Amino acid sequence: MKKKERHIVLVGNPNSGKTTLFNALTGLNQKISNLPGTTIETKTGHFIIGDQQVKITDLPGTYSIHPKGEDELISIDYLLNFQKHEIDVILFVADASNLSRNLLLYTQVADLGYPTVLALNMIDFAKKKGISIDIEDLSRILSVIVCPINARAEIGLDKLKETLLKADAAHQTTFFEAGDNASNYHRYLQLHLLNLIQNDAEKVANNSRDISEETIARYKKIDKIINVVQKKNVNAANLTQKIDRILLHPVYGFLVFFTTLFIIFQFIFKVADYPMIWIETIFSTISGNIKQVLPEGMLSSLLADGIIPGIGGVVVFLPQIIILFTLLAMLEDSGYMTRVSFITDRLMRKFGLNGKSVVPLIGGMACAIPSIMATRNIENKKDRLITILVTPLMSCSARLPVYTLLVSLLIVDKGNSWLDARGLILLGMYLLGFIAALLFAFIFKLILKQKHKSFFVLELPDYRKPRLKDIFVTVKSKAGDFVFNAGKIILLVSIVLWFLASYGPGKRFETIEKNYSAYSGTDKQEKIQSEKLEASYAGMLGKSIEPAIKPLGYDWKIGIALITSLAAREVFVGTIATIYSVGDTDDEQLLSKVLSEQKRIDNGKPVYSYATILSLLVFYAFAMQCFSTLAVTYRETKSIKWPVVQMLYMTGFAYLASLVVYQLCS
Amino acid sequence: MLLFRNVLNCAPYSIMNASELKRGESAKIRHVEFNELQNKLIEMGCFEGNEIRMLYVAPLGDPIAFDINGYILGLRKEEARLIQVVKL
Repeated sequence: MKKKERHIVLVGNPNSGKTTLFNALTGLNQKISNLPGTTIETKTGHFIIGDQQVKITDLPGTYSIHPKGEDELISIDYLLNFQKHEIDVILFVADASNLSRNLLLYTQVADLGYPTVLALNMIDFAKKKGISIDIEDLSRILSVIVCPINARAEIGLDKLKETLLKADAAHQTTFFEAGDNASNYHRYLQLHLLNLIQNDAEKVANNSRDISEETIARYKKIDKIINVVQKKNVNAANLTQKIDRILLHPVYGFLVFFTTLFIIFQFIFKVADYPMIWIETIFSTISGNIKQVLPEGMLSSLLADGIIPGIGGVVVFLPQIIILFTLLAMLEDSGYMTRVSFITDRLMRKFGLNGKSVVPLIGGMACAIPSIMATRNIENKKDRLITILVTPLMSCSARLPVYTLLVSLLIVDKGNSWLDARGLILLGMYLLGFIAALLFAFIFKLILKQKHKSFFVLELPDYRKPRLKDIFVTVKSKAGDFVFNAGKIILLVSIVLWFLASYGPGKRFETIEKNYSAYSGTDKQEKIQSEKLEASYAGMLGKSIEPAIKPLGYDWKIGIALITSLAAREVFVGTIATIYSVGDTDDEQLLSKVLSEQKRIDNGKPVYSYATILSLLVFYAFAMQCFSTLAVTYRETKSIKWPVVQMLYMTGFAYLASLVVYQLCS
Repeated sequence: MLLFRNVLNCAPYSIMNASELKRGESAKIRHVEFNELQNKLIEMGCFEGNEIRMLYVAPLGDPIAFDINGYILGLRKEEARLIQVVKL
């Protein structure tokens, strides 16, 4: 007989090592998926204990059962609506070096009455801090099985798994009796949650008093327990505080922060260069081979000119994304990101943001999508909304290929020095994005109404050495998401674009061929190509928007690229390559050479003048050209209003800014 | 008025806000003012009777970090003002 899959739910405070335990238990057998019928994402994994199949759900870390922010709300909502999720056992992870605060949530979760197992993590670390805990006493007093573990070193996991199989009895001990108006804790909490979701200010305020009383009552009990089970030697050396003395120092603090950013940039631009060249070579070889192997025709053209360069366009900046995600994940796991929040909060506050906004903003340099999801730990709704709205202004990695191409038109590469002018302009573009993000945050701060007071209550966790396995899992999932999401769009766009550029209405193409039948110049093929493009559907589209973009210094060909990159910016480069029929799309130098030779029909001046290039750079820095970001904004704000606002303000501002730049420079 | 001030100065301990603590100073929490934030602060360990120690101030003068029960909590000055303490 096949046993029913056992469902374990992982609950704990942030920084309790919950994710590390999840990774240790499931390895790579995990995925992020939506709860059925909702847009709420949860992380689930599978593993086997003996012959028992186990499914484990990792809920976002929370400090209390009374949610304050969006991520806490997800966890609590999940726990309170258990019938839907059928929870067999709750695996509670507690940080032994911070037992009292971790036990607050533990006693709350225990009062829900599920079978529960308490995994006491980081005991080794607690010992270093001079804390020792009597596990038997703790288990007896809490009447729960306590498993001491070290998730990082994967110690104690076998014993824990065994225990998870056995734990069946519903939790009996009650730590706190909810008031008379609610017969049990579960119902009492559901009522609170309802008030919170319905945003009933008066009821929420009333709840708030109840919650404070409840929390104090729980802490009084916990204090008694701690006095029995914990021994503390306060004079133990504290490494974290020593490191903080430098990293939070008035002068060195910011110095370290900027140096860190500088190192990240160096890695992105210099180290990623090599694998990027290899990838470019591989894709252009594939394209070339397809053209040779397949007979000339639709299929060969679609593959070699449409799909392959399209995919290559995404894969090529995978190295940059992986490097950026890896470095950011390392900073996050080490505990340094919270210090960045701490030292920048004062500054961010002036712009309607929060110290916690810095993490999404920095992450926005990689990709706005995971960054917008990372705003969930910002408790204040207005701070969070503003952060979501402005994060896409940070120059993300999708803008990088566009910038790289345009900057190479602006300045010819003179050598391979470490500090070249192109790098400086790129850095300037990132700075421009950041300044715009602050500017618009400030504007939104003035426009949007504030319902709740902004606050900043942030745990600064002890510094830990980032764990390779955890970093790997994070980067794999984020980079995978990026390639998959962007890949889908790019594939689609490149097929549509290929079609639009290869066909035209009526018999226009045949007429062109006929007109050139007598022509015998060497540039015959190119002339036919370019006239065909003008006559194609894509050409018609570009021409139709030409009046609107002419004041920005763009012609109809650039117009086509603007349209195609509406869904994803990085499509720009591929489109331009297709339009100027540069067969080898991945050869950047050739492309930039072809572009610099383009002349305007009316006056013979170069199409890509300084003014046009600058105007394009500014446009791509500010415009909202990413459907995936709009989709994630919709999901996170649960309202169609905000993606629309985001689209309009960003693209509107991009238009104005490019207009000003072009008119001033030309 | 002068007399009143003298009485306060002569008191064996003086009540202040957590935001007024200097680096390295420890204090016992007496009271946390009621507002939207009260219960978040309590959950994080800022409740009557608990000890806190001022650890460091952010480079721009705000927020402040405290040691509470052996972990580090960052708070804005505005929030630390809600916490009444008695210096130890």
